[in-house]
Formats: sequence, C-alpha cells, structure tokens
Amino acid sequence: MTYSEVAVDHFTNPRNVGVVERADGVGKDSNPSCGDFTRISVRVADDRVTEVRFKTFGCTAAIASASMVTTLAEGRTLAEAERVSAADVLAALGGLPPEKEGCALMAAGALRSALADARVKA
Amino acid sequence: MRRVYLDHAGTTPLDPRVADALAAVYREHHGNPSSIHAEGRDARALVDEGRERVARAVGADPKEIVFTSGGTEADNLALRGTARALREKGDHVVTSAVEHHAILDTCHELEREGIRVTVVPVDGQGIVDPDAVRAAITDRTVLVSVMHANNEIGTVEPIAEIGAICRERGVLFHSDAVQTVGALEVDVRALPVDLVSLNAHKFYGPKGVGALYVRAGTPFSPTQTGGGQERDRRAGTENVAGIVGMGLALELATAARAEESPRLAALRDRLVDGIGERMDDVVFNGHPTRRLPNNVSLCIRGVQGESLIVALDLAGIAASSGAACTTGSLEPSHVLLAIGLSRELAQGSLRLTLGRATTRDDVDYVLEELPRVVARLRSVSAVFP
Repeated sequence: MTYSEVAVDHFTNPRNVGVVERADGVGKDSNPSCGDFTRISVRVADDRVTEVRFKTFGCTAAIASASMVTTLAEGRTLAEAERVSAADVLAALGGLPPEKEGCALMAAGALRSALADARVKA
Repeated sequence: MRRVYLDHAGTTPLDPRVADALAAVYREHHGNPSSIHAEGRDARALVDEGRERVARAVGADPKEIVFTSGGTEADNLALRGTARALREKGDHVVTSAVEHHAILDTCHELEREGIRVTVVPVDGQGIVDPDAVRAAITDRTVLVSVMHANNEIGTVEPIAEIGAICRERGVLFHSDAVQTVGALEVDVRALPVDLVSLNAHKFYGPKGVGALYVRAGTPFSPTQTGGGQERDRRAGTENVAGIVGMGLALELATAARAEESPRLAALRDRLVDGIGERMDDVVFNGHPTRRLPNNVSLCIRGVQGESLIVALDLAGIAASSGAACTTGSLEPSHVLLAIGLSRELAQGSLRLTLGRATTRDDVDYVLEELPRVVARLRSVSAVFP
C-alpha cells in the first residue's frame, strides 16, 4: 500500500493532536467495519474555530485524515468549517488508497459532529 | 537508510548460492523432464537430485515427495487429495483453530462438498490439546490436520502426541510444517505423520515451489490431472529450477540449523526481554518456550497494527501484523482471537521474525526504535489518555 507524501507527513508529524481544554464542542466518528475511531474537540470564538484537536485509534490513513481535517477547519468561520468534506480531506492529502477513502469520511464526520455540538452548546 | 528485515515468517531472502543454482538451470538446462532426449534426461536428473535432497532432509523416501507450487497448494492437496480418496471410508476432518487459511479455508470448501469439519480450540498459549483431538475423532474421521508451528504466534504444537493418537485410531495425520522445516528437526521416520507441507521460500529458497510429503501407501487422489507427473499425484511439467533451488536451499538450511537456530533463539530472547523492560502495556503471544526460534509476537495496547507497521517501515524496520487492514475492513487475526485476546488488543499485534542476516545490532536498533514509535502513536491514540 502506498501513501502520498502529504499523507505520510501528516501521519509522521500529525498536526493538532490532543484535546481542547474546556472545549466548546466535542465529537466522535467511527468506522464500524474496522473499529477505528476519531475524537475531535473544538474551541469557537466570535463564530470562528480558533482551536481544534484530534485523537485517533486507527490506521495510517485514519490518523493522516484526522490531522488534515483539523488544519482545514482551523481559523475558519463555523459555517466554512461545517462545509469541510471528505472530498476536501482526500484532495488535500493528495488522495488515499481506494480502500482507505472511508478514513477521510470518518475524519470529516468527527469534525462535523464536534461543530454540531458547539452549535448546540452556543 | 538502514533497513532491518524482520519478516522472515512472511518470506526469506533467497540464499545467494541458491540464486546461482537457479540462474544456472535457467541458462543451461531447458529440457522437459518428461522428454526422452538428452535435454530431457538432463532435466530429469536435476529434478531427481532436488527430490533426493528434500527427501533426505526430512527422512523420507524420494518417492514420497510431491512437488507443488508452494505451501498453500501442499495444504490444499493434503486435504483434498486424502478426503476424496477416502470418501467411501468417511466424511469427517479434524483440524485446529489456529491453522493457516490454506487449511481452514480449504476445510470450509470441503464442507460445501459434504465433508464435516471439527475445529479443535487452543489454549491461551496457542497449544492444541491432544486429548481434544482424540475426543473429536469419530468412526467417520479420515484425516486430522494440525500445524507443526504457528506462523503468527510461533507456538510449536505437540504433533508427535497428536500423530500417535491418529495412528492408534487409524486416521491419517497431516501437518503443515511450512514454518518449521529448515528451522527445527522434522523427521518423518520418527514422527507419526502421513502428510507434511513444505514451502521453499521460508528457508531461503525460491518462491513458487513447495512440496507435500505423502507417506508410501497413503490413499491419495490427485486434484490436478494431466500428464501424470509426480507419480500421478500432481500433474504438470515440473518447475525444474524451483525444485533444484528448493533441494539446495533445504540442504543448506539443514546443515546450518544446529548453529543457526540457537543463535536466533538467543536474539529472540534478547528482543523479548528488551521489549519487556522498555515498554508498558504489551502482551507477548504464544508459548514462552515451546516456540519457533525466530518468532516474537506481541500485542501493543492503544495502537493499531497497520499504523504500527507503516511507522516501523518509515523507521527502517520491516515487520508484520496479524491484523491485515488491506481491504478497508480490519479483521483481527483468527489466531489471536483463538488464544482469547480481545478484538481491540488483537488489532495492535506485531510480529517480528528473525533470520540469517539478523544481528544483535539489528535487535538493539529495534529496541531503540520500537518504544519511540509506539510512544508517538500512543500520543495520538484515542484509547490512551
């Protein structure tokens, strides 16, 4: 299995690992077929995602996708961040092996779930 | 960048002396062993010599060696060849929960043909209880198949005891010895086995060639028919170079075994002890002493196998995981589940298998890199705080 250079970079040096303290929203998504899961927590200030962090139990693609999705959401308005899709994650990673594309879906799902939680709590 | 290859259970590099022998056959001996002319007779002599070498290494008569395309075909042939030949006598096969897929999947196929299959469980260290095999044998049982040593967790099975029970009950006994031939003594004169699977690329021979030992007098129906090669047990023009390579590789591995296996066992123990000292939350799999000299198998809590293998690969270490995540759906290894591990723990499995080129320096490199890689993956892990 071959991963793109960008995916390898995000796997090896994942961005925004961890948990946002006193987060405004937390979310989780999982891949029931393999047991992988990602948790994302966000801080929202003035309608903007000012901090976003992740933790993943999963494969290379799951970790790289989660790392990438945090960079795509960081600094965006809530509405912009909500529009970040699995396709955006895949494109930013330079693609994933076809059987791993579900990992991008999981990353986008975890982000959306965290943002939805932030909307509810706001 | 430094590479440390620790996936010898997956495959071994070709012995350079075997590579030379293969090249010589390909360049200078093109005959078909079935041909009558000089070129054919020359190829026949090479096949005969390869067969004698393989036979000698396992204590068999050359007539009892059937060359195949590898271990998977040998396993298939053992099950299908005997189950079909004994169909009138019975319709029941006994095997174990930790067999290779070449056995278990073939058993499932046989079930579709009306053969009943009993899968005997193993204990927490992967050992098949001979008494459980005894209890599973019925009047309708024609074959028992239990591997010599497990490819994932390295446990060596009590095949002498199991074979003795089969003898007592008049049932054929097959053992997949793909992981042991070349590394441990396998002598069919001493072992009560009727069929044994071998695979050349596990003992520094070429890929694409293996053999099935079939004890003289064993009822056997071929599954591949055609030209009547291999004494009507496996049709098809012989893989002359492969057979030459397999014979030479096995002779060389057997000659080196008395020194090499204890050397590997010492390195294995250094690796196990070192990991145990440096890492928390790891569980070693398989039997602590009844195990292959070159196999270290463990589960690492909080990490997932595929990302562990990729991270180790990036650090220059070639290893494998029982949890293969190639199809997108990660099925934890049936072997790890059979020894009672949870699905989550089984997902973090790591297999390090040593070989001829492995040095103490390599082991120490792994002992430096592995804890670092695992610490980094755990810092990302959602199951670690």
